[in-house]
Amino acid sequence: MDFDFTDEQNMVRDGISRLIREEYDFDTRRSVVASESGWRPELWAQLAELGMLAAPFSEEDGGFGGATEAMIIMEEFGKGLAVEPFVPSVVCAGGALKHGGNSAQREEYIGGIISGEMVFAFAYAEPRGRYDLANLETTAKADGGDYVINGHKAVVIGAPWATHLVVTARTSGGQSDKDGVSVFIVDKAAQGVSTRDYATVDGRRASEVYFENVKVSGDALIGDAGNGLPLIEKVVDEATAAVCAEAVGAMKVTHETTVDYSRQRKQFGTPIGSFQVLQHRMADMLMEYEQSVSMCYLATIKLDEDDATRKKNVSAAKVRIGQAARFIGQSAIQTHGGMGMTDELAVGSYFKRLSIIEGEFGSVDHHMRRHIALTAG
Amino acid sequence: MNLEFTEEEKAFRAEVRDFIDNNYPKDIGTRGVQDELSPEDMLAWHKILGKKGWSVPAWPTEYGGTGWTPTQRYIWGEENARKNTVMPLPFGVSMVGPVIYTFGNEEQKAEHLPGIRSGDVWWCQGYSEPGAGSDLASLKTTAVRDGDDYIINGQKTWTTLAQHADWGFFLCRTDPDAPKPQMGISFILVDMNTPGIEVRPIKLIDGGYEVNEVWLTDVRVPATNLIGEENKGWTYAKFLLAHERSGIAGVARSKRGVEQLKEIAASEMLDGKPLLEDMGFAQKISQLEIDLSALEITELRTLAGEQAGKGPGPESSLLKVKGTEIQQRLTELTLEAVGHYGAPDFRSFPDDGSNDFPIGPDYAHHAAPTYFNMRKTSIYGGSNEIQRNIITKMILGL
Repeated sequence: MDFDFTDEQNMVRDGISRLIREEYDFDTRRSVVASESGWRPELWAQLAELGMLAAPFSEEDGGFGGATEAMIIMEEFGKGLAVEPFVPSVVCAGGALKHGGNSAQREEYIGGIISGEMVFAFAYAEPRGRYDLANLETTAKADGGDYVINGHKAVVIGAPWATHLVVTARTSGGQSDKDGVSVFIVDKAAQGVSTRDYATVDGRRASEVYFENVKVSGDALIGDAGNGLPLIEKVVDEATAAVCAEAVGAMKVTHETTVDYSRQRKQFGTPIGSFQVLQHRMADMLMEYEQSVSMCYLATIKLDEDDATRKKNVSAAKVRIGQAARFIGQSAIQTHGGMGMTDELAVGSYFKRLSIIEGEFGSVDHHMRRHIALTAG
Repeated sequence: MNLEFTEEEKAFRAEVRDFIDNNYPKDIGTRGVQDELSPEDMLAWHKILGKKGWSVPAWPTEYGGTGWTPTQRYIWGEENARKNTVMPLPFGVSMVGPVIYTFGNEEQKAEHLPGIRSGDVWWCQGYSEPGAGSDLASLKTTAVRDGDDYIINGQKTWTTLAQHADWGFFLCRTDPDAPKPQMGISFILVDMNTPGIEVRPIKLIDGGYEVNEVWLTDVRVPATNLIGEENKGWTYAKFLLAHERSGIAGVARSKRGVEQLKEIAASEMLDGKPLLEDMGFAQKISQLEIDLSALEITELRTLAGEQAGKGPGPESSLLKVKGTEIQQRLTELTLEAVGHYGAPDFRSFPDDGSNDFPIGPDYAHHAAPTYFNMRKTSIYGGSNEIQRNIITKMILGL
């Protein structure tokens, strides 16, 4: 058994946690989230400079790590509620390219992601597909050596900031068939791509992305035509593990903030932390947090194993962490009383991010169903 | 034992339903994306009910009440929930009104009760303070007698919809040397237009502004605005809180919410079938409905007790705890049901005045804010922890 991190991993953590501490105090975050652009491209450049955008890639792709590095970074992102598009650009698009891209694509696009010059969003969800990755109404029709994409992608996180998109579309088969799913790289400025940009309730930015006869060359295809489902399942599992790590970071701060508040806030002449009912709740929050840390490690460790093992463990983690996120978020608000309801206190923003993470890349129910399907019989 | 409604009660229900169908303003709550209700919207139904004589059903008939039995009032609430009406605000009707007709003098009754009945006067409640909260008796706002006036100084918070209020009822400390914190508090009515009052809206986590801080600096009000006796305000405050809690279970509204949740779950698709047909999700909805039935019958038993002359006692704490837990569970399931479209912040979309929601299904656009907002229900009106304390003390005698 070894739960220690390597020196290099510890350096990643030191680097990212210092940056988050220095650049991501809550007031700064509040003003960034409220600003017109909603993020800080200059901070993205800084992340690139620090090597953080290279951390989850292998050496041959110009990086120095893998899933554990992504976990470490996202945990710190969660502590600061950072909104920068690490998951869509580095984990999702980067993951699709590193697992499915040919050498030319890897060189061009992973290089662009690592340098921060290209920012990707991951356009996989659809208005009526719920969490089923194969349920696609978006189509990509072969046209000579090219493809013509038509469709509508829902709640594409980070798309307003993106230069490029990774898009899933159906090249053959019926609406939910496992075969016939393909994955493409699309320049956001391409003819026929339009977006409707908006804020999300947890302080990020997203778009509805519409494709109207968007022509891309055959080079835009990642992997084989029609065989994209296993690839995006793996990518989404890695993204799920990443948001689990983010949740763990957010839960840690949420819990600590709540304990601090209970020491300071007085009612009936005594700190509320002296009330047994609140003590027990905060003890339960701690236990939920520790179980979440364990599941986050487990999911991350199993990401490179066979598909069934990976899926089972990622789903187990997302179930447990989704439940813990709800318990810790709600308990924090309740313990803060009316103050927890105000926009002014950070705890409300943590609660909101945790609430949305619950449904991101699959709800507790979705992952419970997948876990049952993989473990029954 | 008979859970059936009587023939008279059924006829009453028909009459009520008919009146609501024919008189409720159709345009309320069907506006564009940012359909914050205007103050006029919030009062519209109240004013219609005022003319009909139905705006204060629970009051004694001599003050304009309807004389309805508790069961009839329950039916009234159910029928309004069915139509999702914007009911009269509780601050006048359920809170200060009963205090005024129970403890106020004749002049106060004559001055204030008609405006509450008609919906022409908007009231707010000045109870909570930044340092007080659930420990309400520790409040610090002072009222010092100066000739024929009181001079009030202090700060209140969580003052719901005070930004629109004409009058407020405030708990103030009139005897700082009283031996117990509950003593030396007075219940004073304040014209919100009096100089020295500043109302500052508080932004909440759902993005809305429904509560306020109220700052009072040398606010001079006539001593005739004192309700009852000086330093006896705690008695009136407790009386008011018991009234507040009894309406807090929200059974009828939750029933309506379950119907809406089912409509959403019937529209959302999972594996090619409606989400409603998914065993896991269906089980959650059933659990909610079962818990809601238990709450409903418990409330009816409480009502029956009330009809038999027992006032709302500590069992109102049970209704509050269980009722708010169900309300919160309902909003959780609604957010779960809408999937990806729970994330967009629909308040951030420009209001183009149309009824069309710009993206996603229209039922999704309140899901997350409502979930966030409803966390308040286990905090306000005496937190659910406080309610459990009341249950252990008053019912269990521990």
